Amino acid sequence: MVEFLSILIIKTLVVFAVSMLIVAYSTWIERKVLGHVQLRHGPTRVGFHGLLQPIADGIKGFFKEEVVPDNADKPVFILAPIISIAAALSLLVIIPFGDSVTIMGHKITLYLTDLDIGILYVLGISTIGSYGVMLGGWSSGNKYGVLGGLRASAQMISYELSMALAVISVVMVSGTLSLVGIVEQQAGLWNIVKQPLAFFIFIVCGLAELNRTPFDMPEAEAELACGYNVEYSSMKFALFFMAEYAHMFVFSAMVTTLFLGGWHGPLLPGPVWFFIKTFALIFFCVWERSTFPRYRYDEVMELGWKVLLPAGLLNILLTGLWMVIFNI
Amino acid sequence: MAEGKTLTLNMGPHHPATHGVLRIVLELDGEVIVKATPHVGQLHRGIEKIAEGMNFQQVIPLTDRLDYTAASLNNLGYCLAVEKLLGIEVPKRAQYIRVIMGELARIMGHHLWLGSHALDIGAMTVVFYTFRDREMIMNINEEASGYRLTPSYLRVGGLAKDITPDFIKFVRDFVKWFPTAIDGYHTLLTDNIIWRKRTMGVGKVSAEDAVNFGFTGPSLRGSGVPYDLRKVRPYSSYDDFDFQVPVGEVGDVYDRYLVRMEEFKQSINIIDQAIENLPEGPVNVDNPWVANPDLGAVMEDISALIRRFKIQCEGPHAPEGEVYASVEGSKGELGFYLVGDGSEHPYRMKIRSPCYILTSALPKMIVGHMIADVIAIIGSIDIVLGEIDR
Repeated sequence: MVEFLSILIIKTLVVFAVSMLIVAYSTWIERKVLGHVQLRHGPTRVGFHGLLQPIADGIKGFFKEEVVPDNADKPVFILAPIISIAAALSLLVIIPFGDSVTIMGHKITLYLTDLDIGILYVLGISTIGSYGVMLGGWSSGNKYGVLGGLRASAQMISYELSMALAVISVVMVSGTLSLVGIVEQQAGLWNIVKQPLAFFIFIVCGLAELNRTPFDMPEAEAELACGYNVEYSSMKFALFFMAEYAHMFVFSAMVTTLFLGGWHGPLLPGPVWFFIKTFALIFFCVWERSTFPRYRYDEVMELGWKVLLPAGLLNILLTGLWMVIFNI
Repeated sequence: MAEGKTLTLNMGPHHPATHGVLRIVLELDGEVIVKATPHVGQLHRGIEKIAEGMNFQQVIPLTDRLDYTAASLNNLGYCLAVEKLLGIEVPKRAQYIRVIMGELARIMGHHLWLGSHALDIGAMTVVFYTFRDREMIMNINEEASGYRLTPSYLRVGGLAKDITPDFIKFVRDFVKWFPTAIDGYHTLLTDNIIWRKRTMGVGKVSAEDAVNFGFTGPSLRGSGVPYDLRKVRPYSSYDDFDFQVPVGEVGDVYDRYLVRMEEFKQSINIIDQAIENLPEGPVNVDNPWVANPDLGAVMEDISALIRRFKIQCEGPHAPEGEVYASVEGSKGELGFYLVGDGSEHPYRMKIRSPCYILTSALPKMIVGHMIADVIAIIGSIDIVLGEIDR
């Protein structure tokens, strides 16, 4: 029992620490990649190539003054970033970083838990995360904030559907809801080959869930002057951003898990492959942000309901037919 | 829509996408705009009034601050008005160099427009590429006059000084490089499906409406009216150059975008012709009341010294009368109406600001669109508040 608990606690600490480090350094990756795409250098002053910049930002966040607007709904205003970050961090629990290793005679799995309904857990908790954005904009007593919150709720709910449809077709192919099971099933052939359309839908919906360009409606800085987080300051603001980058990490990890074969890959050990794929996807998120213009709000809804939802349904139909015909 | 269900949103004056300090009070039904009221005047500096207390040469730096994105074109408009009042014409070489400076300024203005317009619509990278190329023009300005953004290089009666060989080299380098850069901008935006979705069919202005609102410049040409002062009423030797006037078809944001993108090419074409066919000769008018005697003469000749002193202190006296001269600015017809009363400063200077007139059409263009379109439309008519508020 003691042994089991100590392994679990150590694993939790390691996963949390590594993930927070990745979250912090995705901000650095974002700023560096954006900088170099845009003929700039990005952060260079704090540490070698600005490597200590995320830490400096964190310290700055803690020491800034907290401002709560007079006409804000104070309890909700404080609760919103907490919901955001809590939901994002709870998602780290089920990411399968790798298979199991044997250290000192103990077989240790490189993931915290293997939920039987892992993928449902991801979809559910990430939807709770969108409450943070919605309530944050709603409670801040600012018109731009309200508009941002409204957009967030509408957008996230509609994209949740198509995303779930994309996941369903993966589940159909894999025959399991467990993330570890899905990865193990991809040992021979990655799901991206079997489910290219679902992969595309999942990526697009994921970007919309992440509020990233071209779907950064809730915080469109040019229109809504930063939207839902316009009234936030100090660590509350930083929490929103940590949540956003944690979501980005989880999204990349999910795409890796569901479509890119998770920890499978030749030569290198499993976790290395996992992180290579995940960071490639994080790079993709930054890259497309620097390239695309922003969709308009109604166009985003149109794309979600009129293109991605039917495409997701069609994909399920095709997958079902394929499975029936070839009797898998 | 039920009564009292709209949301009033005060967009600006401090808003990242209102291009300065434009303030628009929007009435929103959901995200759709039912009423828009632009408020201008936050940047009023009284340039027209200040000019009344200055002599004609001193006004030039003030005009730089009108449309500060394309400063030399303002100088050109003002200088042409004063020269018309004084009844002088500058030498051919000065006219050509003015054209070069003016077209470079137009490109600078369009650079800022493209960068901020794309940034408003969410394509954040374009602005850095345009500013890379804008930097080259800044260097050319610096080589000519010592200043980068507001060169004040033109003078009543000619230019501040002749150009240097380095200037010619820089301009040639820019002419050689810039077509590649334009292709880069096109790659990022023109065929991008999101860009097209955001700009096509948005903020449509018919040719008739555009004329009735008093549109000029690229915004008018975007609606399909081929009106360009450089062709209609050539000034400063524009009839020597071979260039086309691009026009749009439907008059939406995308057409105005394409027109300005094509103007990049036409401007670089004009600059190429001007720099290759640059005539020799003086750069200042041969008029003892307007042009300074050169420093060599001042050192030896007492009358030249006195004349230089008088010109520096007072400058030319304008005859009684009133003139209007206008140039094709980067935003539209930039006109200067001057009244002379025999003294050395303008009795009255009135600036016809194209952006002010474009702004007056904003409510009509915005209503019925969504918030995201408001900034696309503001970006597409390319207003500069320094010129609107004066």
